[in-house]
Amino acid sequence: MEKMLLLGDEAIAQGALDAGISGMYAYPGTPSTEIMEYVQACGSGVHALWSANEKTAMEEALGMSYAGKRAMVAMKHVGLNVAADPFMNAAITGVNGGLVIVAADDPSMHSSQNEQDSRYYGKFAQIPVFEPSSQQEAYDMTRDAFDLSEKYGVPVLIRITTRLAHSRSQVESRTPLPQRSLHLPEEPLQFVLLPALARKRYKRLLALQKEFMESSEHSPYNLSILKTGGKTGVIACGTGWNYLNEWFPDGDYPGPVLKLSQYPLPVKQIQRMFDQSASILVLEDGYPLVEEMLNGIFPVNKHIKGRLDGTLPRDGELTPDLVASALGFPVNEAYHIPSVVVPRPPSLCNGCSHADLYRALDEVMKEFGKGKVFSDIGCYTLGALPPYNAIYSCVDMGASVTMAKGAADAGMTPSVCVIGDSTFTHSGMTGLLDAVIENTPVTVIISDNSATAMTGGQKSHATDRLVEICKGLGVSPDHIVTLVPLRKNHQENVRILRKEILFEGPSVVIFQRECIQTSARRHKKN
Amino acid sequence: MKTDIILCGVGGQGIISISAVLGIAALEENMHIKQSEIHGMSQRGGSVQSHVRISSNPVASDLIPLANAGLILSVEPMEALRYLPWLSPGGWIVSNNQPFLNIPDYPPVESLMQEYKSRKNAVLINADEIASRCGSAKASNMVMLGAASRFIHLKPESLMHGLEKLFAQKGSSVIDLNLKAFDAGRQASVAL
Repeated sequence: MEKMLLLGDEAIAQGALDAGISGMYAYPGTPSTEIMEYVQACGSGVHALWSANEKTAMEEALGMSYAGKRAMVAMKHVGLNVAADPFMNAAITGVNGGLVIVAADDPSMHSSQNEQDSRYYGKFAQIPVFEPSSQQEAYDMTRDAFDLSEKYGVPVLIRITTRLAHSRSQVESRTPLPQRSLHLPEEPLQFVLLPALARKRYKRLLALQKEFMESSEHSPYNLSILKTGGKTGVIACGTGWNYLNEWFPDGDYPGPVLKLSQYPLPVKQIQRMFDQSASILVLEDGYPLVEEMLNGIFPVNKHIKGRLDGTLPRDGELTPDLVASALGFPVNEAYHIPSVVVPRPPSLCNGCSHADLYRALDEVMKEFGKGKVFSDIGCYTLGALPPYNAIYSCVDMGASVTMAKGAADAGMTPSVCVIGDSTFTHSGMTGLLDAVIENTPVTVIISDNSATAMTGGQKSHATDRLVEICKGLGVSPDHIVTLVPLRKNHQENVRILRKEILFEGPSVVIFQRECIQTSARRHKKN
Repeated sequence: MKTDIILCGVGGQGIISISAVLGIAALEENMHIKQSEIHGMSQRGGSVQSHVRISSNPVASDLIPLANAGLILSVEPMEALRYLPWLSPGGWIVSNNQPFLNIPDYPPVESLMQEYKSRKNAVLINADEIASRCGSAKASNMVMLGAASRFIHLKPESLMHGLEKLFAQKGSSVIDLNLKAFDAGRQASVAL
């Protein structure tokens, strides 16, 4: 079949297309964004539009599954927190058409607020989890995940990390399957999680656990190589397998090895390698999930080496160098970074609208003192750094609005927040409703660049709708103001912003000017 | 046959295009390849790097281990030095000598040049000027690819073919400009 050079993300997307999906659902988030972008570019006849947030994406995908068609939903790791409610319950309802969820984790936090490990979510929901080690596996597993999902009638989780998501390699595709036709679930009440019905569905899920385990034991992706001779057995999860092979190419590690890419843990395979090893080294990216499970509550009388005992660092991404140290190889740099080299952190683009907003905001806030502006997740989070030093929080999507309200409840005045347009429609609107209901004195500044800019300028649900949305939520039209963040408007913007910050009720100030990157691309096209 | 390359520069300088050309060329020569890129927030005017691994044998790790890259290919002189821990003993640095100034504390250019003078295996060229002579300063990334091409185990023809494929949709004038830039970079590097 055709050989393509694909990112891990793209390999998953191609796998889903070839598995005959009818719908792709997602909200942009590094390192998962390219999955949807690939389906948009290459998937003719497949529904592939961005959703308002990860929760709506997950529910839309579940709805498509209800209707009998295959659907995939993709998000970054923290997006799965937003979608956790439908995710957990989809394991109970089960699926009709195949449903595959992709969570892209970001160990080392290249572009994230934490490095949570989505394999725990798979265990939490008690569903099968795939963790590909290569782009080819990402493709193959995605296809197989749909079959598994339909075989057992449960959603299947694919967990990847940044390294695989954003690395390109050769992928061979297989013959594509056609889309499924519309057919409703055979069991009409399958999706009704009333307690009496949910209890039955839950028992079904529990009964399936044995079968998931069997599937793991016989998975082509879990590979036991039971060589004797070495004292330390190695369990290599996902991309950990690559790092082992970097130092022992052609599978010539002298001891027992288990390549682990499908969960739940294949207990029998682990038992067999356990019996042949004096100690076990666990190579896993993210949290020490496997290592913890091997240790149980009390340590087994076998040395388990990994992130918990300090053989590998407890945090940060796995690298070939860390694995080399863990295997006992010396890691020596030939050259060091000369002292003349200085850091070059990311910064707002020249001409960015956020910069003009922060210049105005900083001028207004001078009279109120530091520490009274909350913010959110987007390019504008860079406003926390010099030269702006304008914002004091970045926690999760939408938290700026609600934290500003909470601080106002505590008596902090003024209480201000800065949120992007796409972040606002993702999770900011409901918090603003809270403030409206209580007439809380907060000023919500929406930095509207008409794009989901940080992830590459995807279309924002907020574009041309913000004023109507805020009116609809009940903000007084007199206190919904739209300003244009340009240098020439600076004095006027400062004056109006100051007035709204002094207003003792909820007010919304929209700083509206398109992202210069999306604007430049648009002009190039035309 | 194996080439491990650290590709680096500043977000927006076109290293993804270099990486793409290398990928197409490697596929054409039936080589194995892995290329790990930086996306997302780190693109915003910050340091960016890509690990490119091309080999006649299967490539295991997506990342190059420390002290294992035979080549640092950089479109910015300070960025090249940032990745020295990855350079193998005796490995080569091929870099543009034109600084990208977007931070307040950028070191004096002379002190950077001093670092290069103390190194044997370094090729520094003015890619911006060469690209401008070819028709547009924007093609400086392809000048750098041309300059580095003699350290990469791929045929120059495959790289040029990769370049044609990458820019195929942009029309023949863009392709010609970039081919010219590639060739000029290669010439400049050989002449040193």
